[in-house]
Amino acid sequence: MENQWFTISVYSENSVGLLNRISGIFLKRHINIESLNVSKSEIENVSKFTIVVFTTEDWTRKIVQQIEKQIEVIKAFYHTDDEIIYQESAIFKIDSDLLFDERQIQNIIKEHNATIVTVARDFFVLAKTGRRNEIDEMHDAFEPFGILQFVRSGRISVSKETMPISNLLEEFQLNN
Amino acid sequence: METLKVTEDKSAKQKSMRVTGAEAIIHCLLAEGVDLIYGYPGGAIMPVYDELYKFQDKLTHILTRHEQGATHAAQGYARVSGKVGVAMATSGPGATNLVTGLADAQIDSTPMVCITGQVPRHLLGSDAFQETDIVGISTPVTKWNYQITKASEIPEILAKAFYIARSGRPGPVLVDITKNAQFDEIDFTYEKCTGVRSYTPVSEPDENAISAAAELINSAKKPMIVFGQGVILGEAEEELKRLVEKAGIPAAWTIMGLSAMDTEHPLNVGMVGMHGNYGPNVLTNECDLLVAIGMRFDDRVTGSLDTYAKQAKVIHFEIDPAEINKNVKADVAVLGDCKASLKLLLPKVKENSHEAWKAEFDKKYQEEFEAVIKNDIHPTKPGLTMGEVIEGINIASDQKAVVVTDVGQHQMIGCRYAKFRQSKSNITSGGLGTMGFALPAAIGAKMGAPERPVVAIIGDGGYQMTIQELGVIFQHNVGVKIVVLNNNHLGMVRQWQELFFDKRYASTVMTNPDFVKIAEGYHIKSNRIEERKDLEAGIKEMMEYDGPYFLEVVVEQEDNVFPMIPSGASVSDIRLK
Repeated sequence: MENQWFTISVYSENSVGLLNRISGIFLKRHINIESLNVSKSEIENVSKFTIVVFTTEDWTRKIVQQIEKQIEVIKAFYHTDDEIIYQESAIFKIDSDLLFDERQIQNIIKEHNATIVTVARDFFVLAKTGRRNEIDEMHDAFEPFGILQFVRSGRISVSKETMPISNLLEEFQLNN
Repeated sequence: METLKVTEDKSAKQKSMRVTGAEAIIHCLLAEGVDLIYGYPGGAIMPVYDELYKFQDKLTHILTRHEQGATHAAQGYARVSGKVGVAMATSGPGATNLVTGLADAQIDSTPMVCITGQVPRHLLGSDAFQETDIVGISTPVTKWNYQITKASEIPEILAKAFYIARSGRPGPVLVDITKNAQFDEIDFTYEKCTGVRSYTPVSEPDENAISAAAELINSAKKPMIVFGQGVILGEAEEELKRLVEKAGIPAAWTIMGLSAMDTEHPLNVGMVGMHGNYGPNVLTNECDLLVAIGMRFDDRVTGSLDTYAKQAKVIHFEIDPAEINKNVKADVAVLGDCKASLKLLLPKVKENSHEAWKAEFDKKYQEEFEAVIKNDIHPTKPGLTMGEVIEGINIASDQKAVVVTDVGQHQMIGCRYAKFRQSKSNITSGGLGTMGFALPAAIGAKMGAPERPVVAIIGDGGYQMTIQELGVIFQHNVGVKIVVLNNNHLGMVRQWQELFFDKRYASTVMTNPDFVKIAEGYHIKSNRIEERKDLEAGIKEMMEYDGPYFLEVVVEQEDNVFPMIPSGASVSDIRLK
């Protein structure tokens, strides 16, 4: 089986220590987490982990089984890239002088659909949301001019198929 | 707490009482039916020990001589009784000393709750005296763990801890309690936990999967069952026996499944795995249907997965969804509690017998008997063998003893030759292979089944890893029979060195102390046997003695355990010599 990109979505209780428990599952199998994002989800008091791995489907399936086994995990899924809609965000801090000294800078901002977050006397800040390669392209375009600071978020995604978490939780309420 | 669903039966609701967190812990334990715990006190858990002192008429605390001993004793207790074992320790080194027992209980699915003291809330993260991040450390080796920092959390979290430890696939839970939470007062009420919304302990068996399983069983020509500890944990021994008898299927056990079925049942064909029996190993690769019940295809069972039962259809009865298709792909997976699943399966299974197929197991057994078993149990050479000692115990105990084994050659020999008629009789460290397990586990086993004879079989290496627990046996007059099979070597490692490392015996030769004198130092009745002529009478005396007894048997120094599947080889390549 070939390595490919998988996005693992984990719905869980919001509890201290669960991140450690989940990351330990990857550690034990010597599999690197390529990107990790934890946020609230569409359900109140339910957290969502979005984890990106580059490995085989077999390993991904086993990891998801182990994640789901954790007491505070409600449900875990995995998807290939074409089964999800996904984005990353990046923030660039650039020297303000460039805006006036380098004519291409404004074109780069336009071409890459970046947003100007703030402009100060010494620096300005750009935000870019998109796929990893789009952010990489914008990064490459700015690099020759110098980037003061750069940071990119983990992948966030929604699946094309439904994730019936609310049903699961309602079922539990009914049965208990 | 949102994750905790408690019963809402108002009439049964207790009146609340004002107690400290430490006293609340005791009330929680009593409410969970705990009357015996193992542990070791220290600074951060002292308020709880103060309450244990007050409640000693209701709750017995056994002071083990090391916290590791407390975990193994709790495990032994849990394994014979089916109840949750409880161990307690202080923060820092007390807590870290629990880790081996937690890992052992995790991999062997043993229900256990460990309670540790922790430095006060305001000192967390300050590298205070005896502070250690036991929640972080124990995460990979616990089914669940939690740090309590407020007294008000104690009832709910302990209720949840016991529920999680015993439900579904059982396992160890650690609850770390800061010292301030032990001192603070709360209005205490207790309600048992009946569910956690993010946790499904047992799935309902799927009728379609059951029917598919029945169809495969009914059409198989050469079926074989391999059963594991799931049968014991699920108390499905009777259902297993009925399936075996109704469908006429030869059944083999994993080391953890041993004693789930009478070892002398005509369709019980022995042990699978690295040092298992010849027949069930070789025939795993000749059967047309492999029915796995409550077992997890450990590498010591399967050998090389690339050549494991490739010709067979596989049915997997399993409670833990994460085990399905983990190592061996199942053609039919039946998720759920195996007792419930087998009950549904039985009416769909046709009465059958597979005489010719069963005869192949018998033929293989004869080959193994001639090549191995005969010499193990009825040796003609002068030196004593481990096998004849086990056989002697079978005879003297009338196959009614609980046998607790440590790890190594004596464990393999013990599990190969011990005979059992009753379930929950074989206590061993299967998955983790923890040397030092047996002595404390035997203490727990004896306390969990006081009416049964308990025999610990231990090698001279493992014995010295937890030998200090003789103190518990002496202090509480725990009537365990301790048999040390002394070959003055770390026998199993030595065997591997002989076979795979050109006899370079690196650090496997042991110069041992006088074990009899050590036992006598603890005022434990003891004896040493060096010659065959003394063996039968020596074992008889031990078994008949009322109280703890230590028996050292000096065995052949360089015996090997066979059959053997070399590490990474196929089950078909099992060696008889």
